[in-house]
Amino acid sequence: MLPIIFVMPIIQILVLSYAATFEVKNIRIGFIDNDKSVDSRDFINRFNASSLFILTDLFQNSDQAIIAIQKGKIDVFIEIPVDFEKKMIQDEHVNLSVQIDAINGSAAGVINGYVGQIVKIFGDDIRKNISTHYVVNSNLKRFEIVPSYWYNPELDYKIFMVPGIIVILVTMISFFLSGMNIVREKEIGTLEQINVTPIKKHQFIIGKLLPFWILALFILFFAMNIGRILFHVPILGNPFLILSFASIYILVFLGMGFFISNFTDTQQQAMFIAWFFVVIFILMGGLFTPIESMPIWAQRLTEFNPVKYFIEVIRMVMLKGSDFSDVKLQFLKISIYALVMNGLAVWSYKKTN
Amino acid sequence: MKRFIGFVKKEIYHILRDRRSLFILFGMPIVQILLFGFAITNEINNVKIGILDKSNDEISRQLIQKIDASPYFQIDQYLYDSNEFETTFKKGKIKAILVFEAQTAKELITKGSVKIQVLTDATEPNTANTILNYIQAIIQNFQSEINLQQTIPLQIVVESKMLYNPELKSVYLFVPGVMTIILMLVSAMMTSISIAKEKEIGTMEILLVSPLNPSQVIVGKVFPYILLSIFNAIVILLLGFFVFGMPMNGNLVLLGLESVLFILSALSLGILISTISQTQQTAMMISLMGLLLPVILLSGYIFPISSMPQPLQIMSNIVPAKWYIIILKGIMLKASGIALLWKETLILVIMTLFFLALSVKNYKIRLE
Amino acid sequence: MNTDKSIWVKDLTKKFGDFTAVDAISFEVGKGEIFGFLGANGAGKTTAMKMLIGISKPTSGAAMVAGYDVFHQADLVKQNIGYMSQKFALYDDLTIKENARFFGGIYGLTNTEIKSKTQQLITDLGIQEVVNQNVGSLPLGWKQKLAFSVALLHEPKIVFLDEPTGGVDPITRRQFWEMIYKQAHNGTTIFVTTHYMDEAEYCDRVSIMVDGRIDALDTPAQLKKQFDAESMNEVFLKLARK
Repeated sequence: MLPIIFVMPIIQILVLSYAATFEVKNIRIGFIDNDKSVDSRDFINRFNASSLFILTDLFQNSDQAIIAIQKGKIDVFIEIPVDFEKKMIQDEHVNLSVQIDAINGSAAGVINGYVGQIVKIFGDDIRKNISTHYVVNSNLKRFEIVPSYWYNPELDYKIFMVPGIIVILVTMISFFLSGMNIVREKEIGTLEQINVTPIKKHQFIIGKLLPFWILALFILFFAMNIGRILFHVPILGNPFLILSFASIYILVFLGMGFFISNFTDTQQQAMFIAWFFVVIFILMGGLFTPIESMPIWAQRLTEFNPVKYFIEVIRMVMLKGSDFSDVKLQFLKISIYALVMNGLAVWSYKKTN
Repeated sequence: MKRFIGFVKKEIYHILRDRRSLFILFGMPIVQILLFGFAITNEINNVKIGILDKSNDEISRQLIQKIDASPYFQIDQYLYDSNEFETTFKKGKIKAILVFEAQTAKELITKGSVKIQVLTDATEPNTANTILNYIQAIIQNFQSEINLQQTIPLQIVVESKMLYNPELKSVYLFVPGVMTIILMLVSAMMTSISIAKEKEIGTMEILLVSPLNPSQVIVGKVFPYILLSIFNAIVILLLGFFVFGMPMNGNLVLLGLESVLFILSALSLGILISTISQTQQTAMMISLMGLLLPVILLSGYIFPISSMPQPLQIMSNIVPAKWYIIILKGIMLKASGIALLWKETLILVIMTLFFLALSVKNYKIRLE
Repeated sequence: MNTDKSIWVKDLTKKFGDFTAVDAISFEVGKGEIFGFLGANGAGKTTAMKMLIGISKPTSGAAMVAGYDVFHQADLVKQNIGYMSQKFALYDDLTIKENARFFGGIYGLTNTEIKSKTQQLITDLGIQEVVNQNVGSLPLGWKQKLAFSVALLHEPKIVFLDEPTGGVDPITRRQFWEMIYKQAHNGTTIFVTTHYMDEAEYCDRVSIMVDGRIDALDTPAQLKKQFDAESMNEVFLKLARK
């Protein structure tokens, strides 16, 4: 059991951090070059040189390209029209057809953005070259946008995901290991056994859960350091702020496991129900899709999602160095949650037994 | 045949009497599809942004108004000093801050260009990128408005066409994914658990002593789950079709046949798991860790495989769900026929046969 | 080869790699006989029984069960035997009737046969009031009798009972042995493993396995005489200490 408890988090963090990514890279791009000029070749090369795109194929016509998309061989293709440069100069503008496999809608949006950026730089460069020959209207007013990415200047997706994955890990451990442990105790009858011993029920339950509570906290600490060492995820804030939040958070899931165990007969059922809720909590927890993007009713529902609070807190404290005053609301809510959940657990236990 | 029907009947009793598990089996796909369809999206709406306007002139005010008017953004806070950036981002509510340096309008007129800083909270890289793209577009628009008299020369106009999913709905991606997961869950996990259960309570021994031969026992156990899987698949498809307008561009018969193939491969995996596990607990653990996790992570269900590092991309090839998801997307959205999908289909067939052969071998070893 | 014997075993051996679990055992069991198959845990009695009921292939030797060769006619053997395991394996989430219908069904009984036999079983056991209850809710003693009756549903020539009285109280055990006697009286051969030595006294003949071999085989009375013992318990202890 012990090796599983230590090896599992490492493997999960490793695999999940690399696999669970919405980062869009290695975009496979194809071209239909109807111009075959120096300019069009330069244009294609811009994509080839970019680390985001992989030049996969050149096509004769759009039918070929569409089939390649249908087969899933490429993600996007661009058709360069005949007389690319000439049209730019004569007509003041040229149209460029870009077709994107949009089944993954958000990825398609990002790809479109990347294509636009490269096209824009290419256009600017051409304009600079040409303007030495043609006098361009200098009355033009232009805004220059200077972006700066805070907390994650290289836009590394792992920095975003690792803290979230740590939350999932802690949730799984406190919910499945400890919650299920109580169901098991009930199933094999040891929970009744303690009625005949001088130990009080609550002492027994605390004694039972304390090791898991400590274990989950330890794994949290362990995982945070793995993230820091392997993926250079910063811990800007106070790690003990995260640990103290987690110590309340874990109680929520211990209570929930206990609560579920009062309504189920077998470990299998308990496992299924726990799994059901964990899936919903994770999907609605802002792990990989922003909660702000959800419709209002769904955002209201997430108020009841403990996973959401922990993900918020861990990201804020680790990545931005937020302190207690920034996350006091989350602390308050999770404390209430823990009280209510454990109260319900005790109440239902008394009722069903 | 009569024996077989009796067997199936008994299995159906088992399934129907475990109300809670049944509820989860049917509730799970419906809830997931609804969540993915209605709630979970990467689209950006009403992002709260902050403004530091050091010039407070006509141009900056006009631009701020444009941004506030867009459905994507909502100006939440005006800042007065650059040392407020840190504390604002730390509170976590504001995702981007626009900074206008002093005398924006004057610079624009005298120098012809002016810098606008956009600070984004990039803890979530994709959102940061999208926000930046939208702000850029708004400013671009504003720029062409004030340059109305003069057209910008030498423009390259990108005309993007979003194939198969013009509205970029995320549900198009998730319907095939949820369907795959549920089929895997019901077919592999449920069968492996229910076979392990017979072993645990000792009835498997009784069945093996009876005149039924082992393959009859296995087929009898597995058959009801095929029905259950098919039923689940139909529910998911109908929900996707009627509630979310998921298109069904390809051949329904092909879709059905491919689904049966995938169900068979999942079942053979379930049987394989049951040959190596003696208790329900083990069967469940192996199914969750060994099947569900790879299916969620490495099948392209949510996360694009092409963005993963090479070793994971190679590993993803042995996940049957990956091939089924390609087939599903191909048929439903791209209207692909067998001519384009024969390779994926063949891989699934080979995998199924391999798993079956392996389970038969394992089973024989146990009997020796 | 003696075919009027119910069970005929000659040099039956089972090896797992280098380990010999059953070492060339030979014995015969007559029709209607109650044959006790004794041995300490790990002596090889379960392995031996599994070979006789056709779920484990012997390494060498020969065995006939109900007149059929266990090597080549395993299917016919299975059709003619009944088996009850120490777990009293029935489906907890099915009712008594549903269990009976299912197990009758897999032995190929017709619907009418199943109906009449189930009715018979219910009246014999006196369980009319709980027929529609799930088996899981029944006390262990009832489950045991029920499992036995279900194993007899297809009227097998031989019934194999694997520790059929584990965990039940003395009164229920007594009643259970009465059921066994009644069945043997009707001509069914009973092959029973047990480690209750008092139950060994109820058997017509008893074999005792030690380390994969049969070290003693006779009627309980003869065995006691042979080992100069007061009870079967003493016989067993003397054999085990050897």
